[in-house]
Amino acid sequence: MADQLATGSRRGLKPALPLLLPAYLWLTVAIFLPLSAMVFFSFMTDLPLAEKEWAFTLGNYTAFFSQGLYLTLLLASLRLGLEVTLWCVVIGYPAAYVLAKVLKGRSREAIFLLIILPFWSNGLVRIFSWAMVLREGGILDTTLNAVLPFKINIDLMYSYPAVIIGLVHSYVPYMVLTCYLTLQAIDDSLIEAGRSLGASRFQVLKRVIIPLSMPGLIAGAALIFVPVVGSFMEPRILGGRTGTFYGTIIEDQFVAVFNWPLGAALSFILLAVVLIILALAAPVLRRAG
Amino acid sequence: MATTRILEWLGRFYIFLLLAFLYLPIIIMALMSFNASPFYQLPFEWTTDWYASLWQNDQLIAATWNSIEIAVITTFISTVLGSMASLALYRYEFRGKKLLQALLFPPIAIPWLITGTAMLIFFFGIGIGRGLVAILLGHVALALPYVIVVVSARLQTFAPELEEAARSLGANQWQVTHRVTLPWIMPGVIAGGLFAFAVSFDQFVVSYFLSTPGQTTLPVEIYAAIRKGFTPEINAVSTIIIVVSMALMLLTARFFKFGGEK
Repeated sequence: MADQLATGSRRGLKPALPLLLPAYLWLTVAIFLPLSAMVFFSFMTDLPLAEKEWAFTLGNYTAFFSQGLYLTLLLASLRLGLEVTLWCVVIGYPAAYVLAKVLKGRSREAIFLLIILPFWSNGLVRIFSWAMVLREGGILDTTLNAVLPFKINIDLMYSYPAVIIGLVHSYVPYMVLTCYLTLQAIDDSLIEAGRSLGASRFQVLKRVIIPLSMPGLIAGAALIFVPVVGSFMEPRILGGRTGTFYGTIIEDQFVAVFNWPLGAALSFILLAVVLIILALAAPVLRRAG
Repeated sequence: MATTRILEWLGRFYIFLLLAFLYLPIIIMALMSFNASPFYQLPFEWTTDWYASLWQNDQLIAATWNSIEIAVITTFISTVLGSMASLALYRYEFRGKKLLQALLFPPIAIPWLITGTAMLIFFFGIGIGRGLVAILLGHVALALPYVIVVVSARLQTFAPELEEAARSLGANQWQVTHRVTLPWIMPGVIAGGLFAFAVSFDQFVVSYFLSTPGQTTLPVEIYAAIRKGFTPEINAVSTIIIVVSMALMLLTARFFKFGGEK
């Protein structure tokens, strides 16, 4: 769509170059060359720094496949990504529907902004705020014990559910956003037509609304799944000892163990997984775009 | 009809629950930053001591200045370079344009963990190493695609005939850009700039891998503090950050309606 509107009033790369070069050079130096360097380093025994001996090796990759730990953690991260994505669909889709089809005018605009706002605020701080709520003797614990007649001990902090809650909180606005955009585009008359032809609400939802909003669901799922698989800060803060995932292992290689070549290989494997997922989602995304 | 009414009210109630889920933890954190007990004990007792003690924490203050400095420079560089690139992508037709547009996608879509570690390796390899320069290089690269997307979206609403008209009236390329195009896309440029500031000011992952003990940003400093143990001081500084970043986005929304009514 953008391309038809973009009025390339004039042809030729030459006059465009001076305007384009600075931005794309910067992206090359800070994004594309580093990604290439990472691939290169992942095949090394050591960093070619400070006169250290180094040679080419496949060892970093064989380590991934021979030591079950890395594969297990990657699977754990993929599972985490799947669970968080599913929760985001369950929580976010109905909200997007209400926003697109029930609310109108200014209240819709205001609530849309309110839902999107936290998404664009500091992620680290939002995860930290959950630590306040979930810890033993924290707000959730205190409130529930004040309300309930019996004593219960809520200590969700440093557990798998805590990580899920924090991540869903971080990413659910994404799902609301993408689903809202596709739901809003569905013509109300289609829904009315379905209803007047005798379909129940549920049938209309299943046969009309969900299929038509599928691109938004897929886009949201891809945009949530990918960063969650690579998350490390959230599991560290909310998961404690149970929060060891693929992302935290990569972090360790760079800030604790200092095995950069292995870290590079693990990062590259993650990148490959991410690219495969994005490629699978791409046809749907293109149709939606 | 009655069922529709009930369903609509259920829907509204559901939205209210979602908003509560999104905002309660943040509100609780903010409240706790005004609570006297360092162990977050209730009953609530009002104090501003934690904010006062922030001023004594030189490390946090230094990191805050670094964050602001880097965010301001990032905003300036990425807005200028990004607007230039958007103009070129709008004005000219050439082979490989689709590719250039597609290349904006990886910095946004690839998890920051991967980009961050890749930058660390590369910057170390070419001798830049870690520190504020490396962080700035990274932040600008992360902010650029957002600026280009936002400014390009604004350009879509621009009528190219205006440029043609100005040209036929004898304006040169610089005058056309300066007097006709720029004023029109200004709201987009400002929104892009605010986006860039937010991307940089809130950035944690990439900064984390590129920082060294003396040269860090506020989120990195907060992460280190959280891992050492919770204190109301972190709540205080976190509350300040969240208020700043939300205010920024509200400001952005004023200049640029993202996703809302078309």
